[in-house]
Amino acid sequence: MSLAGRGRPYAKAASAAFAYVCALCAFASVAVLLILIGQMLRFAWGWLDFQFLTSFDSQLSAHRAGVKAALVGSVYLIALTALFTVPVGVGAAVYLEEYAARSRWRGFVQTNIANLAGVPSIVYGILGLGLFVRGMHLGAGVLAGALTLSLVVLPVVILASQEALRAVPNTIRQASFALGATKWQTIWHQLLPAALPGIMTGVILAISRALGEAAPLVAIGAAGFVMFLPAGVNDKFTALPLQIYNWTENANEEFQFHVAAAGIIVLLVMLICLNAVAVYLRYRFGKRIRW
Amino acid sequence: MTPPSKPQSMTELTAEPKPRTLPLRRTTVDHSRVVDDLLDRPQKVVARDVNFFYGEHHALHDVSLSIPQNCVTALIGPSGCCKSTFLRCINRMNDMIEGTRLSGQILLDDVDIYRPRTDVVELRKRVGMVFQKSNPFPKSIYENVAYGPKVAGIRQRSQLDEIVEKCLRRAALWEEVADRLAASALQLSGGQQQRLCIARALATDPDVLLMDEPASALDPKSTARIEDLIFELKDSYTIVIVTHTMKQAARVSDQTAFFYEGRLVEVGATTDVFTKPRQRQTEDYITGRFG
Repeated sequence: MSLAGRGRPYAKAASAAFAYVCALCAFASVAVLLILIGQMLRFAWGWLDFQFLTSFDSQLSAHRAGVKAALVGSVYLIALTALFTVPVGVGAAVYLEEYAARSRWRGFVQTNIANLAGVPSIVYGILGLGLFVRGMHLGAGVLAGALTLSLVVLPVVILASQEALRAVPNTIRQASFALGATKWQTIWHQLLPAALPGIMTGVILAISRALGEAAPLVAIGAAGFVMFLPAGVNDKFTALPLQIYNWTENANEEFQFHVAAAGIIVLLVMLICLNAVAVYLRYRFGKRIRW
Repeated sequence: MTPPSKPQSMTELTAEPKPRTLPLRRTTVDHSRVVDDLLDRPQKVVARDVNFFYGEHHALHDVSLSIPQNCVTALIGPSGCCKSTFLRCINRMNDMIEGTRLSGQILLDDVDIYRPRTDVVELRKRVGMVFQKSNPFPKSIYENVAYGPKVAGIRQRSQLDEIVEKCLRRAALWEEVADRLAASALQLSGGQQQRLCIARALATDPDVLLMDEPASALDPKSTARIEDLIFELKDSYTIVIVTHTMKQAARVSDQTAFFYEGRLVEVGATTDVFTKPRQRQTEDYITGRFG
Protein backbone atom coordinates (compact mmCIF):
# COMPACT_ATOMS: atom_id res chain seq x y z
CA MET A 1 0.00 0.00 0.00
CA SER A 2 1.34 3.36 -0.93
CA LEU A 3 1.99 5.95 1.75
CA ALA A 4 1.14 8.89 -0.48
CA GLY A 5 -2.22 10.58 -0.22
CA ARG A 6 -3.57 8.18 2.34
CA GLY A 7 -6.46 9.56 4.36
CA ARG A 8 -5.82 13.29 3.66
CA PRO A 9 -6.55 13.94 -0.01
CA TYR A 10 -6.31 17.74 0.32
CA ALA A 11 -3.12 17.87 2.34
CA LYS A 12 -0.77 17.58 -0.58
CA ALA A 13 -2.64 20.05 -2.77
CA ALA A 14 -2.89 22.54 0.10
CA SER A 15 0.79 22.22 0.78
CA ALA A 16 1.66 22.92 -2.85
CA ALA A 17 -0.78 25.84 -3.03
CA PHE A 18 0.71 27.37 0.09
CA ALA A 19 4.19 27.20 -1.40
CA TYR A 20 2.94 29.01 -4.52
CA VAL A 21 1.23 31.74 -2.49
CA CYS A 22 4.43 32.34 -0.53
CA ALA A 23 6.46 32.48 -3.73
CA LEU A 24 3.99 34.99 -5.15
CA CYS A 25 4.37 37.23 -2.09
CA ALA A 26 8.13 37.16 -2.45
CA PHE A 27 7.89 37.90 -6.16
CA ALA A 28 5.38 40.74 -5.71
CA SER A 29 7.70 42.82 -3.52
CA VAL A 30 10.60 42.38 -5.93
CA ALA A 31 8.35 43.06 -8.92
CA VAL A 32 7.20 46.42 -7.54
CA LEU A 33 10.81 47.45 -7.01
CA LEU A 34 11.81 46.35 -10.50
CA ILE A 35 8.90 48.23 -12.10
CA LEU A 36 9.86 51.33 -10.14
CA ILE A 37 13.49 51.17 -11.19
CA GLY A 38 12.47 50.45 -14.78
CA GLN A 39 10.21 53.51 -14.85
CA MET A 40 12.91 55.70 -13.35
CA LEU A 41 15.48 54.51 -15.85
CA ARG A 42 13.05 55.19 -18.69
CA PHE A 43 12.40 58.75 -17.50
CA ALA A 44 16.03 59.44 -16.72
CA TRP A 45 17.29 58.09 -20.02
CA GLY A 46 19.11 60.85 -21.89
CA TRP A 47 18.99 63.16 -18.86
CA LEU A 48 21.46 61.41 -16.62
CA ASP A 49 24.81 62.41 -18.08
CA PHE A 50 28.09 64.02 -17.06
CA GLN A 51 26.58 67.47 -17.35
CA PHE A 52 23.85 66.45 -14.90
CA LEU A 53 26.41 65.35 -12.32
CA THR A 54 28.59 68.46 -12.59
CA SER A 55 26.01 71.26 -12.85
CA PHE A 56 24.16 73.22 -10.25
CA ASP A 57 20.41 73.39 -10.28
CA SER A 58 18.82 75.78 -12.73
CA GLN A 59 15.56 77.67 -12.56
CA LEU A 60 15.62 78.49 -16.22
CA SER A 61 16.10 75.28 -18.10
CA ALA A 62 15.69 71.64 -17.11
CA HIS A 63 18.43 70.80 -19.58
CA ARG A 64 20.95 72.83 -17.63
CA ALA A 65 19.91 71.58 -14.20
CA GLY A 66 22.28 69.33 -12.33
CA VAL A 67 22.74 67.50 -9.09
CA LYS A 68 26.16 68.84 -8.09
CA ALA A 69 25.15 70.81 -5.01
CA ALA A 70 22.93 68.00 -3.72
CA LEU A 71 25.53 65.31 -4.35
CA VAL A 72 28.30 67.18 -2.55
CA GLY A 73 25.86 68.23 0.17
CA SER A 74 24.79 64.63 0.75
CA VAL A 75 28.37 63.35 0.92
CA TYR A 76 29.27 66.14 3.33
CA LEU A 77 26.19 65.40 5.39
CA ILE A 78 26.70 61.66 5.78
CA ALA A 79 30.43 62.06 6.47
CA LEU A 80 29.65 64.39 9.37
CA THR A 81 26.81 62.16 10.52
CA ALA A 82 29.17 59.17 10.62
CA LEU A 83 31.71 61.25 12.52
CA PHE A 84 29.16 62.04 15.22
CA THR A 85 27.35 58.71 15.30
CA VAL A 86 30.18 56.18 15.40
CA PRO A 87 31.94 57.28 18.60
CA VAL A 88 28.74 58.02 20.48
CA GLY A 89 26.93 54.92 19.24
CA VAL A 90 29.79 52.51 19.89
CA GLY A 91 30.52 54.15 23.24
CA ALA A 92 26.91 53.76 24.32
CA ALA A 93 26.88 50.13 23.17
CA VAL A 94 30.10 49.34 25.07
CA TYR A 95 28.67 50.96 28.18
CA LEU A 96 25.39 49.07 28.00
CA GLU A 97 26.95 45.71 27.16
CA GLU A 98 30.17 45.71 29.16
CA TYR A 99 29.81 48.14 32.04
CA ALA A 100 26.18 48.63 33.02
CA ALA A 101 25.07 45.94 35.39
CA ARG A 102 21.78 44.23 34.68
CA SER A 103 20.09 46.93 36.66
CA ARG A 104 16.83 48.78 36.32
CA TRP A 105 18.71 51.77 35.00
CA ARG A 106 20.15 49.69 32.18
CA GLY A 107 16.76 48.23 31.39
CA PHE A 108 15.30 51.72 31.28
CA VAL A 109 17.97 53.02 28.89
CA GLN A 110 17.76 49.89 26.75
CA THR A 111 13.99 50.09 26.36
CA ASN A 112 14.17 53.75 25.44
CA ILE A 113 16.83 53.21 22.81
CA ALA A 114 14.67 50.53 21.22
CA ASN A 115 11.74 52.95 21.29
CA LEU A 116 13.79 55.79 19.83
CA ALA A 117 14.66 53.59 16.88
CA GLY A 118 10.97 53.61 16.00
CA VAL A 119 10.33 57.36 16.38
CA PRO A 120 9.39 58.97 13.01
CA SER A 121 12.22 61.05 11.58
CA ILE A 122 10.04 64.17 11.25
CA VAL A 123 9.94 64.28 15.05
CA TYR A 124 13.73 64.37 15.15
CA GLY A 125 13.56 67.07 12.51
CA ILE A 126 11.45 69.26 14.77
CA LEU A 127 13.82 68.53 17.65
CA GLY A 128 16.76 69.49 15.45
CA LEU A 129 15.04 72.70 14.47
CA GLY A 130 14.44 73.66 18.09
CA LEU A 131 17.74 72.45 19.50
CA PHE A 132 20.40 72.96 16.85
CA VAL A 133 19.04 75.54 14.41
CA ARG A 134 17.39 77.88 16.92
CA GLY A 135 18.70 76.85 20.35
CA MET A 136 22.35 76.63 19.39
CA HIS A 137 22.02 79.22 16.59
CA LEU A 138 23.64 76.92 14.04
CA GLY A 139 21.25 77.93 11.26
CA ALA A 140 19.99 75.46 8.67
CA GLY A 141 23.54 74.49 7.72
CA VAL A 142 25.37 71.21 7.16
CA LEU A 143 26.27 70.92 10.83
CA ALA A 144 22.70 71.26 12.05
CA GLY A 145 21.59 68.77 9.37
CA ALA A 146 24.25 66.24 10.32
CA LEU A 147 23.48 66.56 14.03
CA THR A 148 19.78 66.05 13.36
CA LEU A 149 20.43 63.01 11.17
CA SER A 150 22.77 61.68 13.87
CA LEU A 151 19.82 61.70 16.27
CA VAL A 152 17.77 59.78 13.72
CA VAL A 153 20.30 56.99 13.15
CA LEU A 154 21.99 56.80 16.56
CA PRO A 155 19.61 54.14 17.95
CA VAL A 156 20.31 51.95 14.92
CA VAL A 157 24.07 52.21 15.46
CA ILE A 158 23.76 51.52 19.19
CA LEU A 159 21.55 48.47 18.68
CA ALA A 160 23.76 47.02 15.92
CA SER A 161 26.92 47.57 17.98
CA GLN A 162 25.34 45.96 21.02
CA GLU A 163 24.34 43.00 18.91
CA ALA A 164 27.90 42.69 17.60
CA LEU A 165 29.43 42.89 21.08
CA ARG A 166 26.97 40.35 22.42
CA ALA A 167 27.98 37.95 19.65
CA VAL A 168 31.58 37.87 20.92
CA PRO A 169 31.76 34.68 22.98
CA ASN A 170 32.20 35.06 26.71
CA THR A 171 35.20 32.74 26.58
CA ILE A 172 37.14 35.56 24.91
CA ARG A 173 36.39 37.89 27.81
CA GLN A 174 37.37 35.22 30.31
CA ALA A 175 40.61 34.41 28.49
CA SER A 176 41.56 38.07 28.38
CA PHE A 177 40.77 38.73 32.03
CA ALA A 178 42.58 35.55 33.07
CA LEU A 179 45.72 36.92 31.44
CA GLY A 180 45.64 39.99 33.61
CA ALA A 181 44.08 42.36 31.10
CA THR A 182 42.01 45.20 32.45
CA LYS A 183 38.47 45.79 31.31
CA TRP A 184 39.57 48.59 29.05
CA GLN A 185 42.32 46.42 27.47
CA THR A 186 39.86 43.59 26.96
CA ILE A 187 37.39 45.87 25.25
CA TRP A 188 39.99 47.64 23.13
CA HIS A 189 42.16 44.68 22.10
CA GLN A 190 39.65 41.85 21.95
CA LEU A 191 36.00 42.82 21.96
CA LEU A 192 35.96 45.79 19.60
CA PRO A 193 38.16 44.14 16.93
CA ALA A 194 36.01 41.01 17.08
CA ALA A 195 32.81 43.06 16.92
CA LEU A 196 34.09 45.44 14.24
CA PRO A 197 32.48 43.78 11.18
CA GLY A 198 29.09 43.82 12.89
CA ILE A 199 29.54 47.41 14.02
CA MET A 200 30.64 48.50 10.54
CA THR A 201 27.64 46.81 8.97
CA GLY A 202 25.35 48.63 11.38
CA VAL A 203 27.06 51.95 10.73
CA ILE A 204 26.78 51.59 6.98
CA LEU A 205 23.11 50.68 7.13
CA ALA A 206 22.54 53.69 9.39
CA ILE A 207 24.43 55.93 6.97
CA SER A 208 22.36 54.73 4.05
CA ARG A 209 19.26 55.55 6.03
CA ALA A 210 20.63 59.04 6.74
CA LEU A 211 21.34 59.42 3.03
CA GLY A 212 17.71 58.80 2.14
CA GLU A 213 16.09 61.00 4.80
CA ALA A 214 14.29 64.10 3.53
CA ALA A 215 11.77 64.85 6.25
CA PRO A 216 14.15 65.96 9.04
CA LEU A 217 16.00 68.20 6.57
CA VAL A 218 12.74 69.78 5.48
CA ALA A 219 11.86 70.34 9.12
CA ILE A 220 15.08 72.13 9.98
CA GLY A 221 14.61 74.29 6.90
CA ALA A 222 17.42 73.09 4.66
CA ALA A 223 17.40 74.70 1.26
CA GLY A 224 15.96 73.09 -1.86
CA PHE A 225 17.72 75.34 -4.32
CA VAL A 226 21.43 76.01 -3.84
CA MET A 227 23.81 77.43 -6.40
CA PHE A 228 27.06 76.95 -4.50
CA LEU A 229 28.93 74.26 -2.58
CA PRO A 230 29.00 74.47 1.21
CA ALA A 231 32.43 75.74 2.26
CA GLY A 232 31.95 75.72 6.02
CA VAL A 233 29.84 73.65 8.39
CA ASN A 234 27.27 76.39 8.86
CA ASP A 235 26.74 77.08 5.18
CA LYS A 236 23.42 76.53 3.51
CA PHE A 237 23.23 73.21 1.72
CA THR A 238 20.88 70.81 0.03
CA ALA A 239 20.87 67.03 -0.12
CA LEU A 240 19.76 64.50 -2.72
CA PRO A 241 16.36 63.55 -1.28
CA LEU A 242 15.56 67.21 -0.71
CA GLN A 243 16.64 68.20 -4.21
CA ILE A 244 14.54 65.39 -5.71
CA TYR A 245 11.53 66.47 -3.66
CA ASN A 246 12.05 70.03 -4.84
CA TRP A 247 12.16 68.99 -8.50
CA THR A 248 8.98 66.94 -8.25
CA GLU A 249 7.26 70.08 -6.90
CA ASN A 250 8.27 72.04 -9.98
CA ALA A 251 5.44 72.93 -12.37
CA ASN A 252 7.65 72.19 -15.35
CA GLU A 253 7.10 68.57 -16.37
CA GLU A 254 10.67 68.18 -17.52
CA PHE A 255 11.78 68.82 -13.95
CA GLN A 256 8.95 66.81 -12.46
CA PHE A 257 9.67 63.65 -14.42
CA HIS A 258 13.04 63.57 -16.10
CA VAL A 259 15.33 65.60 -13.86
CA ALA A 260 13.80 64.12 -10.70
CA ALA A 261 14.18 60.60 -12.13
CA ALA A 262 17.83 61.25 -12.91
CA GLY A 263 18.33 62.42 -9.33
CA ILE A 264 16.61 59.32 -8.01
CA ILE A 265 18.93 57.09 -10.01
CA VAL A 266 21.95 58.90 -8.53
CA LEU A 267 20.56 58.42 -5.01
CA LEU A 268 19.76 54.74 -5.63
CA VAL A 269 23.24 54.05 -7.01
CA MET A 270 24.79 55.58 -3.90
CA LEU A 271 22.53 53.51 -1.63
CA ILE A 272 23.27 50.31 -3.52
CA CYS A 273 27.00 50.97 -3.27
CA LEU A 274 26.79 51.50 0.48
CA ASN A 275 24.75 48.34 0.96
CA ALA A 276 27.17 46.39 -1.20
CA VAL A 277 30.00 47.42 1.10
CA ALA A 278 27.97 46.26 4.09
CA VAL A 279 27.27 42.90 2.48
CA TYR A 280 30.93 42.51 1.53
CA LEU A 281 32.08 43.26 5.07
CA ARG A 282 29.68 40.75 6.54
CA TYR A 283 30.78 38.09 4.08
CA ARG A 284 34.50 38.79 4.31
CA PHE A 285 34.81 38.96 8.09
CA GLY A 286 32.09 36.46 8.77
CA LYS A 287 34.26 33.92 7.00
CA ARG A 288 37.48 34.84 8.75
CA ILE A 289 36.19 34.89 12.29
CA ARG A 290 34.42 31.74 13.26
CA TRP A 291 34.24 30.64 16.84
CA MET B 1 35.03 14.38 22.92
CA THR B 2 35.81 11.42 25.06
CA PRO B 3 33.36 10.68 27.83
CA PRO B 4 34.90 10.70 31.28
CA SER B 5 36.09 7.17 31.75
CA LYS B 6 35.63 5.41 35.00
CA PRO B 7 38.01 2.83 36.36
CA GLN B 8 36.71 -0.56 35.40
CA SER B 9 37.59 -2.05 38.71
CA MET B 10 39.27 -1.29 41.95
CA THR B 11 42.16 -3.54 41.00
CA GLU B 12 43.13 -1.42 38.09
CA LEU B 13 43.87 1.44 40.41
CA THR B 14 45.09 -0.40 43.44
CA ALA B 15 47.13 -3.24 42.02
CA GLU B 16 49.85 -0.92 40.83
CA PRO B 17 51.87 0.78 43.51
CA LYS B 18 52.75 3.86 41.52
CA PRO B 19 50.83 5.88 38.93
CA ARG B 20 53.65 5.62 36.37
CA THR B 21 52.74 2.06 35.51
CA LEU B 22 49.04 2.65 34.99
CA PRO B 23 48.07 1.01 31.72
CA LEU B 24 46.83 4.01 29.73
CA ARG B 25 50.18 5.80 29.59
CA ARG B 26 51.85 5.69 26.25
CA THR B 27 54.40 8.38 26.62
CA THR B 28 58.11 8.83 26.86
CA VAL B 29 58.28 11.00 29.95
CA ASP B 30 59.84 9.42 32.97
CA HIS B 31 57.24 9.61 35.69
CA SER B 32 59.32 7.81 38.26
CA ARG B 33 59.88 10.85 40.39
CA VAL B 34 57.02 10.76 42.85
CA VAL B 35 56.58 13.60 45.24
CA ASP B 36 56.35 12.16 48.73
CA ASP B 37 57.06 15.23 50.79
CA LEU B 38 53.78 17.07 50.19
CA LEU B 39 53.56 18.44 53.68
CA ASP B 40 57.17 19.53 53.95
CA ARG B 41 56.99 21.71 50.88
CA PRO B 42 56.11 25.38 51.06
CA GLN B 43 52.36 25.80 50.67
CA LYS B 44 51.75 28.04 47.67
CA VAL B 45 48.01 28.48 47.99
CA VAL B 46 46.16 28.03 51.24
CA ALA B 47 42.37 28.18 51.46
CA ARG B 48 40.93 28.70 54.93
CA ASP B 49 37.24 28.13 55.66
CA VAL B 50 36.17 29.25 52.23
CA ASN B 51 32.43 29.63 51.76
CA PHE B 52 31.17 30.72 48.40
CA PHE B 53 27.74 31.93 47.37
CA TYR B 54 26.05 32.42 44.03
CA GLY B 55 23.43 34.89 45.19
CA GLU B 56 21.47 32.90 47.77
CA HIS B 57 22.90 29.57 46.72
CA HIS B 58 25.57 28.36 49.12
CA ALA B 59 28.01 26.64 46.76
CA LEU B 60 31.17 25.93 48.75
CA HIS B 61 31.04 24.96 52.41
CA ASP B 62 34.03 25.55 54.70
CA VAL B 63 36.70 24.45 52.28
CA SER B 64 40.19 24.42 53.76
CA LEU B 65 42.91 23.18 51.48
CA SER B 66 46.66 23.66 51.14
CA ILE B 67 48.28 23.46 47.74
CA PRO B 68 52.00 22.70 47.88
CA GLN B 69 54.47 24.44 45.63
CA ASN B 70 55.68 22.74 42.44
CA CYS B 71 53.17 19.95 42.76
CA VAL B 72 50.13 19.03 40.78
CA THR B 73 46.95 19.10 42.82
CA ALA B 74 43.93 17.43 41.24
CA LEU B 75 40.39 18.44 42.20
CA ILE B 76 38.00 15.57 41.56
CA GLY B 77 34.34 14.95 42.22
CA PRO B 78 31.04 14.43 40.44
CA SER B 79 29.55 17.14 38.21
CA GLY B 80 28.14 20.04 40.15
CA CYS B 81 30.32 19.47 43.21
CA CYS B 82 31.76 22.97 42.74
CA LYS B 83 35.35 21.92 42.12
CA SER B 84 35.53 24.37 39.21
CA THR B 85 34.00 27.05 41.39
CA PHE B 86 36.80 26.53 43.88
CA LEU B 87 39.38 26.67 41.12
CA ARG B 88 37.97 29.95 39.88
CA CYS B 89 38.15 31.41 43.39
CA ILE B 90 41.94 31.15 43.24
CA ASN B 91 42.27 33.76 40.47
CA ARG B 92 39.02 35.53 41.35
CA MET B 93 37.43 34.74 38.01
CA ASN B 94 34.18 34.37 39.89
CA ASP B 95 34.25 38.13 40.38
CA MET B 96 32.99 38.34 36.79
CA ILE B 97 29.72 36.73 37.81
CA GLU B 98 27.35 39.15 39.42
CA GLY B 99 25.97 38.41 42.86
CA THR B 100 28.75 36.10 44.00
CA ARG B 101 30.28 36.34 47.46
CA LEU B 102 33.11 34.63 49.29
CA SER B 103 33.92 34.41 52.95
CA GLY B 104 37.06 32.98 54.46
CA GLN B 105 40.57 33.43 53.15
CA ILE B 106 42.60 32.29 50.20
CA LEU B 107 46.30 32.97 50.72
CA LEU B 108 48.76 33.14 47.88
CA ASP B 109 52.27 33.18 49.34
CA ASP B 110 50.70 34.06 52.69
CA VAL B 111 48.82 37.07 51.36
CA ASP B 112 45.03 37.01 51.34
CA ILE B 113 43.93 37.56 47.75
CA TYR B 114 40.46 38.61 48.91
CA ARG B 115 41.61 41.47 51.09
CA PRO B 116 40.18 44.74 49.80
CA ARG B 117 43.45 46.17 48.49
CA THR B 118 44.15 43.25 46.16
CA ASP B 119 45.02 44.22 42.61
CA VAL B 120 43.02 41.59 40.71
CA VAL B 121 44.83 42.32 37.46
CA GLU B 122 48.17 41.65 39.14
CA LEU B 123 46.79 38.51 40.78
CA ARG B 124 45.72 37.08 37.45
CA LYS B 125 49.19 37.61 36.03
CA ARG B 126 50.56 35.46 38.84
CA VAL B 127 47.80 32.87 38.64
CA GLY B 128 47.34 31.74 35.06
CA MET B 129 44.34 29.79 33.84
CA VAL B 130 43.61 27.26 31.12
CA PHE B 131 39.96 26.68 30.34
CA GLN B 132 37.97 23.57 29.59
CA LYS B 133 37.25 24.55 26.03
CA SER B 134 40.26 25.97 24.26
CA ASN B 135 39.56 29.64 23.68
CA PRO B 136 42.27 31.20 21.54
CA PHE B 137 41.70 34.77 20.46
CA PRO B 138 40.75 35.13 16.80
CA LYS B 139 44.22 36.47 16.09
CA SER B 140 47.54 35.03 15.00
CA ILE B 141 49.40 32.39 16.99
CA TYR B 142 52.04 34.98 17.84
CA GLU B 143 49.50 37.55 18.99
CA ASN B 144 47.79 35.02 21.22
CA VAL B 145 50.95 34.29 23.19
CA ALA B 146 52.16 37.90 23.15
CA TYR B 147 48.86 39.27 24.46
CA GLY B 148 49.58 38.76 28.18
CA PRO B 149 53.01 40.44 28.09
CA LYS B 150 51.63 43.20 25.87
CA VAL B 151 48.82 44.16 28.22
CA ALA B 152 51.41 44.04 31.00
CA GLY B 153 53.28 46.78 29.17
CA ILE B 154 56.03 44.96 27.27
CA ARG B 155 56.38 46.69 23.91
CA GLN B 156 59.84 45.70 22.69
CA ARG B 157 59.55 43.37 19.74
CA SER B 158 62.72 41.37 20.49
CA GLN B 159 61.58 40.76 24.04
CA LEU B 160 58.15 39.65 22.87
CA ASP B 161 59.72 37.34 20.28
CA GLU B 162 61.77 35.74 23.01
CA ILE B 163 58.77 35.22 25.30
CA VAL B 164 56.66 33.78 22.50
CA GLU B 165 59.31 31.25 21.53
CA LYS B 166 60.06 30.27 25.10
CA CYS B 167 56.41 29.74 25.99
CA LEU B 168 55.60 27.85 22.80
CA ARG B 169 58.57 25.57 23.48
CA ARG B 170 57.45 25.00 27.04
CA ALA B 171 53.99 24.13 25.80
CA ALA B 172 55.55 21.67 23.34
CA LEU B 173 54.06 23.52 20.39
CA TRP B 174 57.05 25.35 18.95
CA GLU B 175 58.10 22.68 16.47
CA GLU B 176 54.61 22.50 15.01
CA VAL B 177 54.01 26.23 14.56
CA ALA B 178 57.46 27.86 14.30
CA ASP B 179 57.05 28.44 10.57
CA ARG B 180 53.55 29.90 10.76
CA LEU B 181 53.42 32.17 13.78
CA ALA B 182 51.44 34.71 11.78
CA ALA B 183 48.73 32.19 10.89
CA SER B 184 45.36 32.39 12.63
CA ALA B 185 45.20 30.44 15.88
CA LEU B 186 41.78 29.18 14.84
CA GLN B 187 43.39 27.05 12.12
CA LEU B 188 45.12 24.85 14.69
CA SER B 189 43.69 21.49 15.73
CA GLY B 190 41.86 21.17 19.06
CA GLY B 191 44.87 19.74 20.86
CA GLN B 192 47.18 22.37 19.41
CA GLN B 193 44.75 25.12 20.39
CA GLN B 194 44.73 23.90 23.96
CA ARG B 195 48.53 23.83 24.07
CA LEU B 196 48.49 27.33 22.61
CA CYS B 197 46.22 28.38 25.48
CA ILE B 198 48.74 26.86 27.90
CA ALA B 199 51.58 28.76 26.18
CA ARG B 200 49.50 31.90 26.39
CA ALA B 201 48.93 31.38 30.11
CA LEU B 202 52.67 30.83 30.65
CA ALA B 203 53.54 34.07 28.88
CA THR B 204 52.58 36.23 31.86
CA ASP B 205 55.14 34.24 33.87
CA PRO B 206 52.70 33.01 36.52
CA ASP B 207 53.57 31.07 39.69
CA VAL B 208 50.37 29.09 39.70
CA LEU B 209 48.60 27.48 36.78
CA LEU B 210 44.91 26.64 37.10
CA MET B 211 43.53 24.12 34.64
CA ASP B 212 39.81 23.51 34.32
CA GLU B 213 39.45 20.08 32.69
CA PRO B 214 42.05 21.01 30.10
CA ALA B 215 41.81 17.72 28.22
CA SER B 216 38.12 16.93 28.44
CA ALA B 217 37.45 17.98 24.85
CA LEU B 218 40.49 16.25 23.36
CA ASP B 219 41.19 12.86 21.87
CA PRO B 220 43.35 10.38 23.84
CA LYS B 221 46.53 11.22 21.97
CA SER B 222 46.22 14.96 22.56
CA THR B 223 45.25 14.23 26.14
CA ALA B 224 48.45 12.26 26.65
CA ARG B 225 50.47 15.19 25.30
CA ILE B 226 48.76 17.62 27.67
CA GLU B 227 49.41 15.27 30.57
CA ASP B 228 53.09 14.96 29.70
CA LEU B 229 53.20 18.70 29.55
CA ILE B 230 51.62 19.07 32.98
CA PHE B 231 54.23 16.71 34.34
CA GLU B 232 57.06 18.77 32.89
CA LEU B 233 55.58 22.10 33.90
CA LYS B 234 55.32 21.30 37.59
CA ASP B 235 59.05 21.82 38.00
CA SER B 236 58.45 25.50 37.37
CA TYR B 237 54.84 26.04 38.34
CA THR B 238 52.33 25.06 40.96
CA ILE B 239 49.47 23.40 39.13
CA VAL B 240 45.87 22.92 40.16
CA ILE B 241 43.83 20.83 37.78
CA VAL B 242 40.15 20.01 37.76
CA THR B 243 39.46 16.70 36.11
CA HIS B 244 36.51 14.45 35.52
CA THR B 245 38.57 11.37 34.87
CA MET B 246 40.07 9.69 37.85
CA LYS B 247 42.68 8.02 35.72
CA GLN B 248 43.94 11.41 34.74
CA ALA B 249 44.05 12.53 38.36
CA ALA B 250 45.97 9.37 39.22
CA ARG B 251 48.39 9.85 36.35
CA VAL B 252 49.30 13.49 36.67
CA SER B 253 48.75 14.62 40.23
CA ASP B 254 50.73 14.46 43.44
CA GLN B 255 47.88 15.54 45.66
CA THR B 256 44.19 14.82 45.16
CA ALA B 257 41.24 16.63 46.69
CA PHE B 258 37.80 15.04 46.48
CA PHE B 259 34.83 17.41 46.45
CA TYR B 260 31.25 16.35 46.98
CA GLU B 261 28.24 18.66 47.07
CA GLY B 262 30.31 21.74 47.76
CA ARG B 263 32.36 20.22 50.53
CA LEU B 264 35.92 19.04 50.54
CA VAL B 265 35.54 15.42 51.60
CA GLU B 266 39.10 14.25 51.50
CA VAL B 267 42.52 15.46 50.54
CA GLY B 268 45.84 13.67 50.51
CA ALA B 269 48.69 12.32 48.45
CA THR B 270 47.25 10.94 45.24
CA THR B 271 48.56 7.44 45.85
CA ASP B 272 46.91 7.40 49.27
CA VAL B 273 43.58 8.75 48.10
CA PHE B 274 43.38 6.20 45.32
CA THR B 275 44.70 3.17 47.22
CA LYS B 276 43.43 3.70 50.73
CA PRO B 277 40.75 6.39 50.83
CA ARG B 278 39.74 7.34 54.34
CA GLN B 279 36.19 8.33 53.51
CA ARG B 280 33.44 6.07 52.30
CA GLN B 281 32.23 8.63 49.74
CA THR B 282 35.68 8.90 48.23
CA GLU B 283 35.95 5.18 47.84
CA ASP B 284 32.51 4.97 46.26
CA TYR B 285 33.41 7.69 43.81
CA ILE B 286 36.80 6.46 42.72
CA THR B 287 35.52 2.95 42.28
CA GLY B 288 32.77 4.26 40.04
CA ARG B 289 29.82 3.50 42.25
CA PHE B 290 28.44 6.99 41.61
CA GLY B 291 29.36 10.16 39.79
